[in-house]
Amino acid sequence: MTYTADEVMAVEAARRIGDGAVCFVGIGLPSLAANLARRTHAPNSVLVYESGTIGAKPYELPLSIGDGELAETADAVVTVPEMFAYWLQGGRIDVGFLGAAQIDRHGNLNSTVIGDYDRPAVRLPGGGGAPEIALGVRDVFVMLRHSRRAFVEKLDFTTSLGDRVRVVVTDLGVLEPRDGELALTQLHPGVDPEQACEATGWDLRLASDVRETDPPSDEELCALRSLRTKGDA
Amino acid sequence: MPIVPLSDAIRELVHDGDTVALEGFTHLIPHAAGHEIIRQGRRDLTLIRMTPDVVYDQMIGMGCARKLVFSWGGNPGVGSLHRLRDAVENGWPGPLELEEHSHAGMAAAWSAGASNLPFGVLRGYEGGDLPARTRVARITCPFTGEELAAVPSHRPDVGIVHSQRADRHGNVQLWGILGVQKECLLASARSIVTVEEIIDELTPVAGAIVLPAWVVGAVCVVPRGAHPSYAHGYYDRDNDFYLAWDAISRDRDAFRAWMDEHVLAAVPA
Repeated sequence: MTYTADEVMAVEAARRIGDGAVCFVGIGLPSLAANLARRTHAPNSVLVYESGTIGAKPYELPLSIGDGELAETADAVVTVPEMFAYWLQGGRIDVGFLGAAQIDRHGNLNSTVIGDYDRPAVRLPGGGGAPEIALGVRDVFVMLRHSRRAFVEKLDFTTSLGDRVRVVVTDLGVLEPRDGELALTQLHPGVDPEQACEATGWDLRLASDVRETDPPSDEELCALRSLRTKGDA
Repeated sequence: MPIVPLSDAIRELVHDGDTVALEGFTHLIPHAAGHEIIRQGRRDLTLIRMTPDVVYDQMIGMGCARKLVFSWGGNPGVGSLHRLRDAVENGWPGPLELEEHSHAGMAAAWSAGASNLPFGVLRGYEGGDLPARTRVARITCPFTGEELAAVPSHRPDVGIVHSQRADRHGNVQLWGILGVQKECLLASARSIVTVEEIIDELTPVAGAIVLPAWVVGAVCVVPRGAHPSYAHGYYDRDNDFYLAWDAISRDRDAFRAWMDEHVLAAVPA
């Protein structure tokens, strides 16, 4: 089966979720990846959405983190202060997914502004849960499309720290921390190293053991495509 | 305050220059109350909300707000809030001061406000550029010596939330995603709760909480008062509207025309 760049991103991120892992999930690609993992190799993984739904099992992918179906299918629904205090700060989350507008070589993320803070060229939505997720979960997974605008030498604003970023899954490959900075460890099928370097705003190091991502299997793609997003035609 | 029309509640309880919070975490967002504030032309409000979305975009674009205290300002699953961006990037229709937090910080500030404490404590605001841009301080735990973050509590003049239903005495019941509805109401000096319906007796519902009448200010009956947000058990989130808002709000004239037709010309609830 043929597949898109977004699909290989979702599949590769899903593969890294261990069965039983408790995952703090945002909307979009992370939600797709976590739901795919739950429907394939990780049926016991627990999806936690910051709206307060713990153990959500949506039939359709939600458009927002607070869609009603998340509450209806959850093991527990808690208030937002409880979510951040008892569950995230309480150290009960294994994996946290983050996206951003910009990332640097240390996995620090910007989701606040492009340009100067006081006179921004683009005012982005802001950090939301990211600052405390970044330091409150065991492992941070970043999902971000590869481009020089996103993978930058210097962030315009540091919204969250990269200390716990274990993997960055892009549409071209995978970056993981090696010797103090993110290095390219995987290339998706059909992508060559020059493409990844060209799409990175810093001098991207290639790990000595760069390998090719296993292509998405038919089973993975079928499971992925059975997950439809609300609001899709 | 008994069960009153929404227009009366807004007229009596929300004043120019007030600090006002219309809370709701995707669910139970009090859109109708926001529209009534717009219709009554309130100005210079400081708006508090964790996740300002479409109704705050509308209030900002209509010139109600002087300042926004928030942690994530976007159209969930869709993208930017274009009126918020226009205000911050271009000062239209007027400048908007920002006080920006993380979700964890806002949640702690709400809990502290509801607890009548001056600040909330959390493990957060460590490193990065946000601490220098917001109101946060480092404090030392007197027992362990651990360094923690302190954020000033939220104490709005008026807290406004939507709920599923109330009884004739004004006891309010809500369920589904609970957000910070209870904290917002308890932290505020005055409060307004819009509800889908009034019933004779509140029967048990799984996961529901009750806000007793004696901590609730005004109760106003506004069926579909959360739309395009939703009221669990009554109607679903109107995802198509959230998607459509992107185009409506991108252009100043299209935005004004939409507001004229759907809000300013509408009959108060």
